Amino acid sequence: MKRMDIRLPLGLMFAVVGLLLVGYGLFGDPAIYARSLGLNINLWWGLAMAAFGALMLWLSRR
Amino acid sequence: MKLGLVDWAIMATYFVFVLGIGFALRRFMKTTSDFFLSGRSIPAWVAGLAFISANLGAQEVMGMAASGAKYGIMTSHFYWIGAIPAMVFLAVFMMPFYYGSRARSVPEYLKLRFDEKTRGLNAITFALMTVLSSGISMYAMGLLLNLLLGWSFDVSIWLCALIVLLYITMGGLTSAIYNEVLQFFMIVFGFLPLVLLGLHDVGGWSGLRAGLEHVATARGFAAGAWSQSWAHMGSPSENPMGVEWFGMAMGLGFVLSFGYWCTDFLTIQRAMASESMSAARRAPLIAAFPKMLFPFLVILPGMLAIVLNQRGLAAGGFALPVKADGTLNYDMTVPLMLAHYFPQGMLGVGVTALIASFMAGMAGNVTAFNTVFTYDIYQAYLRRGASDEHYLRVGRVATVGGIGAAVAAAYLATRFNNIMDMLQLVFAFVNAPLFATFLLGMFWKRTTGHGAFAGLVAGTAAAAVHHGLTLTFGSLPGIKGGWLAVVHAYPSEMAQNFWTAIWAWSTCFVVTILVSLVTRPRAEAELRGLVYSLTERLRSDDEPWWRRPAVLGVVVLTLALGLNLVFR
Repeated sequence: MKRMDIRLPLGLMFAVVGLLLVGYGLFGDPAIYARSLGLNINLWWGLAMAAFGALMLWLSRR
Repeated sequence: MKLGLVDWAIMATYFVFVLGIGFALRRFMKTTSDFFLSGRSIPAWVAGLAFISANLGAQEVMGMAASGAKYGIMTSHFYWIGAIPAMVFLAVFMMPFYYGSRARSVPEYLKLRFDEKTRGLNAITFALMTVLSSGISMYAMGLLLNLLLGWSFDVSIWLCALIVLLYITMGGLTSAIYNEVLQFFMIVFGFLPLVLLGLHDVGGWSGLRAGLEHVATARGFAAGAWSQSWAHMGSPSENPMGVEWFGMAMGLGFVLSFGYWCTDFLTIQRAMASESMSAARRAPLIAAFPKMLFPFLVILPGMLAIVLNQRGLAAGGFALPVKADGTLNYDMTVPLMLAHYFPQGMLGVGVTALIASFMAGMAGNVTAFNTVFTYDIYQAYLRRGASDEHYLRVGRVATVGGIGAAVAAAYLATRFNNIMDMLQLVFAFVNAPLFATFLLGMFWKRTTGHGAFAGLVAGTAAAAVHHGLTLTFGSLPGIKGGWLAVVHAYPSEMAQNFWTAIWAWSTCFVVTILVSLVTRPRAEAELRGLVYSLTERLRSDDEPWWRRPAVLGVVVLTLALGLNLVFR
């Protein structure tokens, strides 16, 4: 019996967390980015995490 | 540090997946082999990431950053000479025996190669040690979450124990391995932005180096003492670690590192769960690539913190807390750096990564414990010859029992901290000589069971005696050593540890050889597949070059050498 491929939950989780961050980065209060040196770290790192999640999902579906 | 709604959502998402993985794997756990060995079906890259992740507990993450602040880039010795060579040795030379002998655990290999008493000694000390370190890790987590987020110590511990209990009893080793892969990427994604923001803040690598030179000269060391890993190791007084190059190379680079990476079932279990011999040998080598780069992820935050600390709060820097005696408290470096740079959102990722690594560290210990308990203690001494379903049930009960004992240890630590320190010290004595036993057992067919056992006992005793006879500058006889008499004083605790290990290893090595020479060896036919000279060489000529262990091993060692040279 074929067991679940780890890349499926891995990809899903990073996609969800990444999108949460992107959403917060887009719609949250921009004043909080003073501590991250003025960079909207939630938006950009959220995109990176979501992209990683998507890549894993694609690999698990291939 | 205040978590917002988004942080809670991120944390909740992570735990839904952790438990979901356990739940999804539940129906595949039919035999003990599924539960304890993942049915030997894990692909090499997954086993490799779990291998490295099982070692990347929160104490490692936080401890390495603390060392990075305290000692600078010298901390990377724990990776570039203190791990990589041993991982390559394990993969190329030792994995064929662990995986090929069909032993289900490291103690069971000792039983096959030597005898019952050697296995018993190793199994029992290992089982106690995993429960203890699991408890200490829980204790540290409870304290941290209480301090940082104001969570109740009791709730943190019980909740964490419950989550680990659920996903291990449901999904066994596979569950632990999958969650370790999840945790690995959480740590990478949670810490990388911290390093990037910090580096940007101090003005890149050259800014960091200039800052570290101030730090070093302000403490009375040569300018490069925090930013060069080898240049100041001629004598212990030249570097903040207080260790000279020989003690470092022999004590850490050889005895401690090979003793840990080549004999510790906690990590080796991940490789032994691989789908084939070739995958089992590749797992530690695949693990070596990220391991080599971890200093940039876990040590660099500490180095950045000390530079920002030097800059001072007024100039937009950062303040490490000060202990009662006026020295800096480095232990909280990581959480404080997270709070310094991360806004809500990323903060949730960072905090979740920390909690995840506490939990994965616990789960690693628990899966190693339940396997050794079931196969090497219960099946070996309490009840032989029962059905496989029976042992599977015992494994689940052992999981509950192990976690219960770990919780008890965590509470014990809150009240009797010195008992914990003492137990850890005793286990360090037991571990120090182990690699000599495995080395002789695997590569010298004449080694006997009596020799191995006598060597282990003598090596442990030598470690205790060495510790009892030496002390570090400025400490009182007691838990820091010198409880017999003080015949030598080391400049630092680290130097003392390294030399304790060297003495233990050498004693075990010599005693094992001497006793083996006067006792009767096993028949050669019984040792096939267990000893190097009596085992057919594995051929990997038909594999592409990038899958051959020897080739990968050379690549890994060359890269590690390169890193040592670049940051010398």
